[in-house]
Amino acid sequence: MRGALRPILALAAGASLLAGCTTDSGGDEGGSAGPVELSFWTWATNIEQVVDKWNSSHPDVRVTVSRQSQGDELVTKVLTAAKGGNAPDLFQAEYQALPTFVSNDAVADLSDFAGGAKEKFADGVWAQVTLGTDAVYAIPQDSGPMMLYYRTDLFQQFGLTVPKTWDEFAATARALRAKTTSNFLTTFSSNDPGWFAGLAQQAGGRWWGVAGETWTVGINDAATRRVADFWGGLVAEGVVDDQPMYTPEWNKSLGDGTLLAWPSAIWAPGVLESVAAQTKGKWAMVPMPQWSAGENRTGNWGGSSTAVSANSRNAKAAAEFAIWLNTDPVATEALVTAGALYPAARDAQSGPALAKPPAFMAEQTDFYPQAKQIADTAVGWTWGPNVNVAYQAYKDTFGKAITDRAPFSDAVAVMHRTTLEDMRKNGFKVEG
Amino acid sequence: MSRGPRQRAVPYAFLAPAIILFTLVVLLPIGYTVYLSLHRTRVTGLGLGRGARTEVFAGLATYRDALASPEFWRGALRVLGYGAILVPTMLGLALLFALLLDLPKSRFARFNRIAIFLPYAVPGVVASVLWGFLYLPALTPLPVPADMLGPGLLLFAVLNIGLWGGVGFNMVVILTALRAIPAEVYESARLDGCSERQIALRIKTPLITPALVMAGVFTVIATLQVYTEPTTLAPLTNSLPSTWTPLMKVYTDAFVRGDIHSAAAASIVIAVVTLALSVLFLRLVAGRAFAGEDL
Repeated sequence: MRGALRPILALAAGASLLAGCTTDSGGDEGGSAGPVELSFWTWATNIEQVVDKWNSSHPDVRVTVSRQSQGDELVTKVLTAAKGGNAPDLFQAEYQALPTFVSNDAVADLSDFAGGAKEKFADGVWAQVTLGTDAVYAIPQDSGPMMLYYRTDLFQQFGLTVPKTWDEFAATARALRAKTTSNFLTTFSSNDPGWFAGLAQQAGGRWWGVAGETWTVGINDAATRRVADFWGGLVAEGVVDDQPMYTPEWNKSLGDGTLLAWPSAIWAPGVLESVAAQTKGKWAMVPMPQWSAGENRTGNWGGSSTAVSANSRNAKAAAEFAIWLNTDPVATEALVTAGALYPAARDAQSGPALAKPPAFMAEQTDFYPQAKQIADTAVGWTWGPNVNVAYQAYKDTFGKAITDRAPFSDAVAVMHRTTLEDMRKNGFKVEG
Repeated sequence: MSRGPRQRAVPYAFLAPAIILFTLVVLLPIGYTVYLSLHRTRVTGLGLGRGARTEVFAGLATYRDALASPEFWRGALRVLGYGAILVPTMLGLALLFALLLDLPKSRFARFNRIAIFLPYAVPGVVASVLWGFLYLPALTPLPVPADMLGPGLLLFAVLNIGLWGGVGFNMVVILTALRAIPAEVYESARLDGCSERQIALRIKTPLITPALVMAGVFTVIATLQVYTEPTTLAPLTNSLPSTWTPLMKVYTDAFVRGDIHSAAAASIVIAVVTLALSVLFLRLVAGRAFAGEDL
């Protein structure tokens, strides 16, 4: 029964039913003439340029990039393709999605091929791709340590000082609103769970954990509630905007100076350049505000790895490419210059490509040295197997909390419950 | 003169392409959806490592869960409310425009007809993005309220996009029916001293009831399928959760939460309800609209 149905991948979309036939991708391994063909799903900026370098120096293994939409959508697409047996050989996997891929049998264990790669990465980064086991589920590509970006010209104009703690951040937000009603220090976005997760990491939250053979869920922990109520308070007070990020309205607010600051990650200059090009040279980057003065901690927003599909017929060649892409100096330099990402490999972080600041922030000549210092203070956590569920719950519950003007810590509680119930329902051994 | 088995097979040979295609693209996917809806994923332990996830028979449990979900019913209620406003407004406007364009002294009828119809040619996603921009206070050139995408006005923001895109199509359906009415009917009415308004209300409208019913069916189906507009607007506002309509919940379950089994169960429920409503609607109006034609 299943065998007969397998080629038909039927997805019910309401009353309308779509059907598509799938065929096996990939060619024959070895034996036959011609190069090994590898398909690669990714959304990294200009990655084609990096892959071209591989293709010209490795005539026997040809990688073809298929450009994909970012993040969550790709997760679903890969999982669906994996079930249908036509997943690409390689795909970009954000760290938080890796446990989901592993739990769905969608990624290959690369430990036979990737033994030597371990030394190229910091332990914390490497732990993200092993999930604390002996397996290697992906090769780290980049990381997104969080930093605070602010408009130097507008801070000066309104007589504001750069906040070093979250208390000062709140005071700055109030001070600004006392001087003008048309600007906000920043906005709280119900659309960006990854952003909130980074803020919770900085505060010491631990959303998931593993104790023996049991998962723990800790989304509703004191640190996360503290972050939630801090922002909820600012939104309720009306001193921080509550419009989602990554909307046309937000782009305009960044461009015209309505928003003065953005707690973001190391890749922010690229985003600012594309949505607010006219503000070039007016931004500066500093470490994130801290929960207690003198502390030095930050979280991660985003960050990806390169994974190999469980049903790739060329896992060895794919693993070689993934290692080359993320550790070879030629590749990492191109990733930095063409792709504007912050490489995860240690050597690449002090490589020549990072000697100059991003063009958008040319005035801040020590951008990358400072970024490296901040990156070293980034704390991570174990990602759970249903981050997608938690993230969707974040969007729905925080959106609702903002609409209903309800306390944000209640939204965290709902998020916790939704995530926990989903794991229970699926049969995970879980406590929380 | 006896027919051999070869001859008896001929009709089936002719039918084969249709049967095979119908089986492949309709029956098999429906069957697979039913199959999926009766199963669920079961994880053992931490759920990591090979074979940690198995598909097990769940019987009707997925249906029970789908029907017990408060979001599902909240979404269904929203769609009902949406339809309660959309269907009469859509039909009313389409009828009004069609009657106006059909007036003998109507000016620029050709231009107006195309202008009203044109939004229908704009894909739903494009229309939603376009209106989304027009709703955002910092970007819009229109005098829209600042919280057009807030909880109070959101339904109307979505309705407006639906109307904008749909009125023109339904107007053309009605207008075509109007053009098919023989001119003698109007002539005799005018001879009897009928005003244009009376002609429109007492003669044209009853005569085009079948077209109105047709437009009504299209609009009811469009209502039940409302998905594109809210999904496109969702990232622009805090007030539009991922389960705003039942179809959005199906999408979220299948493609965000990765729970294809719940999504399949909810899909079957929606399909059955849609079918029941359509049949009911057609039965109710069949006598009037199709003059006793059997359905």
